[in-house]
Amino acid sequence: MSTPIVSAIAGDRAAGPPMPAREASTPGRGPLRLAAQRLRRDRVAVVSMVVIVVLVLSAIAAPVVAHLVGHGPDTQYRDTGLTPAGLPVGPSREFLLGTDGLGRDVLVRVVYGARISLLVGVVSTVLAVTAGVLIGLTAGYYGGVVDVFLARFMDAVLSFPFLLLAVALVSIVGPSLTITVLVIAFFSWAAVGRVVRGQTLVIKEREYVQAAHALGAGDLRIMLLDVFPNLIAPVIVYTTLLIPTAIVFESTLSFLGLGVVPPTPTWGNMLAESLQFYQVAWWFVLFPGLALLITTLAFNLLGDSVRDALDPGTERLFAGGSR
Amino acid sequence: MIRFVLHRLVISVAVLWLISVVVFALFYLAPADPARVIAGRLATPATVAAVRHRLGLDLPVPQQYEHFLIGVLHGDLGYSFYNSEPVRTLILSRLPVTVSLTSGAAVVWLVLGIGAGVLSARRPRTLIDRGTTLFVLTGLSMPTFLVGLLLLYVLFFRLRLLGLPAFPGGGYVPLRQSPIQWALHLVLPWLTLAVVSAASYTRLTRTSLLEVFGEDYVRTARAKGITEHRVVYRHALRSALTPLVTQLGIDVGTLLGGAIVTETVFGLPGLGQLAVQSITTQDLPVIVGIVLLAALFVIAANMVVDLCYAVIDPRVRVG
Repeated sequence: MSTPIVSAIAGDRAAGPPMPAREASTPGRGPLRLAAQRLRRDRVAVVSMVVIVVLVLSAIAAPVVAHLVGHGPDTQYRDTGLTPAGLPVGPSREFLLGTDGLGRDVLVRVVYGARISLLVGVVSTVLAVTAGVLIGLTAGYYGGVVDVFLARFMDAVLSFPFLLLAVALVSIVGPSLTITVLVIAFFSWAAVGRVVRGQTLVIKEREYVQAAHALGAGDLRIMLLDVFPNLIAPVIVYTTLLIPTAIVFESTLSFLGLGVVPPTPTWGNMLAESLQFYQVAWWFVLFPGLALLITTLAFNLLGDSVRDALDPGTERLFAGGSR
Repeated sequence: MIRFVLHRLVISVAVLWLISVVVFALFYLAPADPARVIAGRLATPATVAAVRHRLGLDLPVPQQYEHFLIGVLHGDLGYSFYNSEPVRTLILSRLPVTVSLTSGAAVVWLVLGIGAGVLSARRPRTLIDRGTTLFVLTGLSMPTFLVGLLLLYVLFFRLRLLGLPAFPGGGYVPLRQSPIQWALHLVLPWLTLAVVSAASYTRLTRTSLLEVFGEDYVRTARAKGITEHRVVYRHALRSALTPLVTQLGIDVGTLLGGAIVTETVFGLPGLGQLAVQSITTQDLPVIVGIVLLAALFVIAANMVVDLCYAVIDPRVRVG
């Protein structure tokens, strides 16, 4: 499997220092390499990676899908896409997954919706993880007043009624894609920060960090070269698990009409529109809902497998029939 | 112990104060001008200025914050920009709905979550375990509103088509008016709000029970010949529930967020709906009141969790 995570891990290892000659017969068994191997043997992980790759590809190929089907994402087919009574049309050869309340093609809109969901999921997660690592590392490493201040700040962010505040914030600034991403990142980084801080507190007491101090290494060098590598495992796990959370968050905001603004299709605002039609048009609820569920499920499963591969000692949550 | 309690109390008050500053800054310094909105689109500048003066929005910002803080400390959250009702009255009138919704949901998810967790921990890697795993997985991956939509479709719409109008699809009946109708109207919202949280409790219970099952004292209990039932519920479950206390403290905070969505889907006139309404009308005092109440709730819950821990485990008090 050549997914981003695996290749990143493999690439990381390949660039590392050469192994001692003694281990030449079993080449390059670093912890990350081992994890990648375990991941490749894990059926659940492989299936969810395939699903994610398919999702990414179809999001990229959304215009191609639209071209093949011959329907634009925002075009309203009032003659063919609505019944004479003005209701959505069910799945047919013309509209494979039916139409929505305005006679738009549900298939094309679901595929375009994948773009928003994945974009928001990935970008806000990257932002949140970067901020979380930087702040958590600083707080844990320096300790003292810095730590008290940053840790309290994280506590405060975590104790905000976040959905409520997010909704309020968006309503004042006005909903848009950028705001959605920023709001999600703002309410997600503190959880990462807390974990990173906790780990850093433990790691900085280790002998090799003391040794680095004794050798006269600077703070920045110790943080980046001695402490950070030990944080990679939890950070990878958090990244895979934050993506589905961010996707759910985005769809919830869009559902409340405060996320990405129509007519741009997202799964959340499609579902919000479908609320008035659920009694007559099951397809309008089912397909965006299914797309959302499959996506978050795949990321959650993958995240769980990654956690398992990086730390075989932990209890497996989604242990399927893989062993 | 008293020192620990005081310490936590001081920190909680500090966090609460920080939140009040942030909330005030967010809403009162926002670019939106509530006076203009209230005065209407056709208002003359003079009218807008009059409205602004009536609301106290023409005062310097520090003075506005002073008034705001003094009011809050006296339990006075100000008046709604719209119908001039006291915010406290508004919130109190909506509170029973949200409390009914969230407390009922908490009961449902604890029973459902811990029950399923125990079931799957007692028979790991069996069909039951796989089944609960599937439930956990789906529950964790579904947004609350999607669960609500599904329940609405299957348990309200489909059942009604079959001639079984078992559950109403929305609305609220006060408990005092008719306890049965109250419960019936809340069944679907309870389930909606509970499913997501139940999933994480199942996972937690399963993990921590399996861990405890490996402990020596559980083996001792089994060796003594106690029934398995007693071993699980009397010996193992009790210590396995400790991590759940933390989780419960965290979840109480996110409940109001879930309530916003659930109340929107089922049309329940609770705090969540009030929040969404005041947000669309830019009714700042009401929004601020609700956010502060929610924050107070979260912080109180966190403190209770900390205190519970301090009672359970004396080492915590030192830290």
